[in-house]
Amino acid sequence: MSAKQNQRPASKQGSGVVGQPLNRVDGRLKVTGGARFAAEFPHDQMAYAVLIGSTIANGRIKGFDTSAAKRVPGVLAIITHENAPKLRPVATNPAEGDAAGRRVPLQSPVIYYHGQYIAVVVAETLEQTQQAAALVRVSYDEQPPAADMERERGKAYPPKGKVAGKPADTMRGNTDTGLAAANVRVDEIYRTPTEHHNPMEPHATIAVWDGDKLTIYDATQYTYGVRHAMATTFGVPEENVRCICKFTGGAFGCKGTVWSHVSLAAAAARVARRPVKLVTTRQQMFSNMGHRAETEQHVVLGATRAGKLTAIVHEGLSHTSTFDEYVEPFSKATHMLYACDNFKASQRLVALNVGTPTYMRAPGETSGMFALESALDELAYKLNLDPIQLRLVNYADTDPDTKLPWSTKLLKECYRTGAEHFGWARRKPAPRSMRDGRYLLGLGMATAVYPVNHFPSSARVRIQSDGSAIVESSTHDLGTGTYTVLTQIACETLGLPPERVEVIIGDTNLPKAMVSGGSSTVMSVGSSVQGAARAALAKLVETARADTRSPLYGASADQIVASDGRLALKSNDARGETYRDTLARAGMKEVEGSYDTEFNDKEKKFSSHAFGAQFAEVRVDPDFGEVRVTRFTGVFDIGRVMNMKTGQSQMKGGIIMGIGMALMEETVLDTNSGRLVNRDLAEYHVPVHADVPQLDVVLLENFDEHASPIGAKGAGEIGIVGAAAAVANAVYHATGVRVRELPITLDKLLGKGALA
Amino acid sequence: MNPFTYKRATDEADAVREVANGKNAKFLGGGTNLVDLMKMGVETPDELVDINRLALKRIEQTPQGLRIGALASNSEVANHRLVREQFPVLSEAILAGASPQLRNMATVGGNLLQRTRCYYFMDTSFPCNKRVPGSGCSAIPGFNRIHAILGASDKCIAVHPSDMCVALAALDAIVRVAGPAGARQIPLVDFHRLPGDTPQIETNLRPDELIVAVDLPNSPFARRSRYLKIRDRAQYAFALVSVAAALDVQQGRINAARLALGGVAHKPWRALDAEKVLTGARADAQTFRAAAEAALKGAQPQQHNAFKVELARRAIVRLLTEVAHETKGGAA
Ligand SMILES: Cc1cc2nc3c(=O)[nH]c(=O)nc-3n(C[C@H](O)[C@H](O)[C@H](O)COP(=O)(O)OP(=O)(O)OC[C@H]3O[C@@H](n4cnc5c(N)ncnc54)[C@H](O)[C@@H]3O)c2cc1C
Ligand code: SF4
Repeated sequence: MSAKQNQRPASKQGSGVVGQPLNRVDGRLKVTGGARFAAEFPHDQMAYAVLIGSTIANGRIKGFDTSAAKRVPGVLAIITHENAPKLRPVATNPAEGDAAGRRVPLQSPVIYYHGQYIAVVVAETLEQTQQAAALVRVSYDEQPPAADMERERGKAYPPKGKVAGKPADTMRGNTDTGLAAANVRVDEIYRTPTEHHNPMEPHATIAVWDGDKLTIYDATQYTYGVRHAMATTFGVPEENVRCICKFTGGAFGCKGTVWSHVSLAAAAARVARRPVKLVTTRQQMFSNMGHRAETEQHVVLGATRAGKLTAIVHEGLSHTSTFDEYVEPFSKATHMLYACDNFKASQRLVALNVGTPTYMRAPGETSGMFALESALDELAYKLNLDPIQLRLVNYADTDPDTKLPWSTKLLKECYRTGAEHFGWARRKPAPRSMRDGRYLLGLGMATAVYPVNHFPSSARVRIQSDGSAIVESSTHDLGTGTYTVLTQIACETLGLPPERVEVIIGDTNLPKAMVSGGSSTVMSVGSSVQGAARAALAKLVETARADTRSPLYGASADQIVASDGRLALKSNDARGETYRDTLARAGMKEVEGSYDTEFNDKEKKFSSHAFGAQFAEVRVDPDFGEVRVTRFTGVFDIGRVMNMKTGQSQMKGGIIMGIGMALMEETVLDTNSGRLVNRDLAEYHVPVHADVPQLDVVLLENFDEHASPIGAKGAGEIGIVGAAAAVANAVYHATGVRVRELPITLDKLLGKGALA
Repeated sequence: MNPFTYKRATDEADAVREVANGKNAKFLGGGTNLVDLMKMGVETPDELVDINRLALKRIEQTPQGLRIGALASNSEVANHRLVREQFPVLSEAILAGASPQLRNMATVGGNLLQRTRCYYFMDTSFPCNKRVPGSGCSAIPGFNRIHAILGASDKCIAVHPSDMCVALAALDAIVRVAGPAGARQIPLVDFHRLPGDTPQIETNLRPDELIVAVDLPNSPFARRSRYLKIRDRAQYAFALVSVAAALDVQQGRINAARLALGGVAHKPWRALDAEKVLTGARADAQTFRAAAEAALKGAQPQQHNAFKVELARRAIVRLLTEVAHETKGGAA
């Protein structure tokens, strides 16, 4: 299907605002400090909680000495496993494999990882709390930790649950036969390190009890999830818990599940009988809110001389904690990306004394596609084929895994447009063949893919008697632009300008939305907003038609269109009236429409994915091996683009994170003690401005009606997928050195001795 | 964090008196290092003596060279016209460090005394001889990619993280200090110490002495001095290896040379052996390679930082080549 065929008019009715690069509607609030984040809600009588983390990675607590801490003025409570209230375990999400640390905090003296919370101190002021926390003495019975995947590899085990919905060992066709038939093979090991999400806003919770009613302000991607978890943990009905989160200062997955500080804040508030504010430290975020697990991936490709893949094997290890099972599903995208009859995937886990890993932006695809797309690049060199050509030879016209047709797939256009924008034709194929003065220049590319995920969700739209509208759903804006895009979607249906629409989100008193994860929010909640807006408008139309005093009296509903805050006849715009008139005359304050979007994923007729092509140019200092990305082009098919600006920003953010993954991000454990050594942003490097070149992002036009009613495919995650591989492939092209272990720091190039 | 009292010093004597009276007090400069370490429980002063009101911010020309007040901010020094003209290596070194926000806060005195970024030093749950003498060094058997390759001991392999100090080492800077016993001067190269058996004693400054200024002696060839820093990202990262160099080249021969390395040792590392190789030799690639060899002679890498040895050699050759090219008289 071509882009043309998929095109839909931007708006059948209304202002055509969807797709426009509308500025963020919450932008002014944010830059003026008016946007209130979880930790910023004032409360009378607020007390402060500080968490104490274990200084050992494995063992037991022998005892606490809290005598000095208790003497600090203002201390209200010191809660440890010895005196903590009973907290009930929460069934975690997802059912198959945990991603939130199922273990209930402060219920036993056993230590599983460095930084694990072992006590909560509550006091009148933050300073008193910190001082008291520093005075708590802990004695441990320390055991040697399992802190090195390499050292523990002998204990690797098959996951008990599934790997991204599939058995851990899967085979399609027969890879042995496939490999036997191959003329050329690539057989390599690729490694990705532990990485952390590091959103700007730390995790933070304010807990306020009123009898057995709990209000919780939380930095989260999932208000209803927090509500459910707190109700379960404290044994109160769900209606008794209200979770509020108006803005989330970045998340990338680490705020998608409910980590134990949330229940500890609520427990502290209950014990201290005060509203309690708890803000975690950056260091605590490295231990307790998940991370992208380390992987060791073995990729074997077999191909004919023409480049046709005869077999793909993608197998290997990732780590999990000693008490939960989270599988980093690196083989996920390999099931479906390239046409190949013989495919085998196999994943094993190694349990380490670390906190439980979790989803991090494009979990699975991000690490897996580094390996697969590096291997494809290696194959292209062996075959003397252009890397894009190799991908086209193996282009999948239907989903090789499910055998379903694609809902839409503009991947060929992504390659073509990307190659054009990037100037791929200027690339000389041989490694080390291009220079920029002293520097070695390299150009590399990779494919990006991310599945369409959507969740049931609800929204309510109320058209007000003043002619404005209010949109409500308990979804989240992680900085991604949810407020803005929902505004646009409502505007489109309601025929209102953005300033007449107010979006209210992040409150479990509002209609339910699921986790803002898996790039699902706009597809899911956006579709509900569209449905609710249509329902509200239909009621308004009914009101007008039924009112003898209305110029639209008696007109048939399908003859009436909404635009500029007016209902009017399609055939005669002069015959109509404003929403305000309709409602005022009817004496109504508002009309309300609600919509619950359901997705039938059981009887899927299409396979739906977002696609993209990533192109990186790097400059490598031949003496030092310092790599800098000098140009980057990413072209994506994300279905309908709801807002050109926020959509592009998502891609840019993903690419920047991918550059970080390629060149610098790595969490380091001290393998002797199991302690994290670089748990702050001075030592854990993410890209700074100087590391990021001008990013050229193109979003193709598309409308994927099978992916979601609003035509979108999801934008939050695909930007990072393949970005690291594109950089790594460019580094090989520049230097002739293949680095298969991220990040590509200069020592890995220098060490090879292959530079000048 | 421990509770502490805060006092604002009115003049130098007041500041020195306050710290000398045995109250476990510390001077507060920009606070960009000290306050962080206090939050981590690494530094636990009972009193902070804020010196920011003292008249020590001036940067002035003297007959002997430039005098930089200890409270001049890193930004002010780096962007000062006289510094940029006469001692460009210092400006380049400072601008290669930290971020603009930090440089606006950081002072010259604080930069001289900033403490190592050794991970194990900054986390009080690890044994560390520098923090708790005799407790052991966690970096030697641990993750030591950022650690020293020169002049380390079996007690400590930490590096001094400053960029500014590397330039100062190459420029023969003099640190002027005031203490209860009066004023004295300490050459920069003698200011910091190697770890030996006492890594907890990092400088030859006494705890109650106040840094008041840094003097940069006139030197014609310092005008063409340069700094090269190699790091894990383009900005805002400490040096893996850095080099400060100045050459006086006449008709292709090196009359005088200054060379210092950062990121390699417990102190800014003045490469005197390399300078000997350079002095009197032809300014050519062979000489520069020989100098690099001399500078790294005796290097003892750890498990994760062997790359620094080769990296430092290459950085030296690169920078000397560039400085020679830019120098009047040119390379041979
Ligand atoms: C994230 C981060 C990145 C950084 N990156 C770099 C980098 O790349 N390169 C680099 O070189 N530096 C870097 N720095 C370090 C920075 O340069 C230092 O923190 C700064 O120079 C310290 O100066 P200050 O005035 O803030 O010192 P303070 O924190 O105020 O003091 C440091 C020490 O000096 C003492 N002191 C201060 N002034 C005097 C005085 N006049 N006399 C006697 N004692 C005094 C204090 O008592 C204290 O012990 C970085 C820092 C951070 C936080
Ligand atoms: S290298 Fe020095 S500072 Fe680091 S742990 Fe060892 S003794 Fe402490």
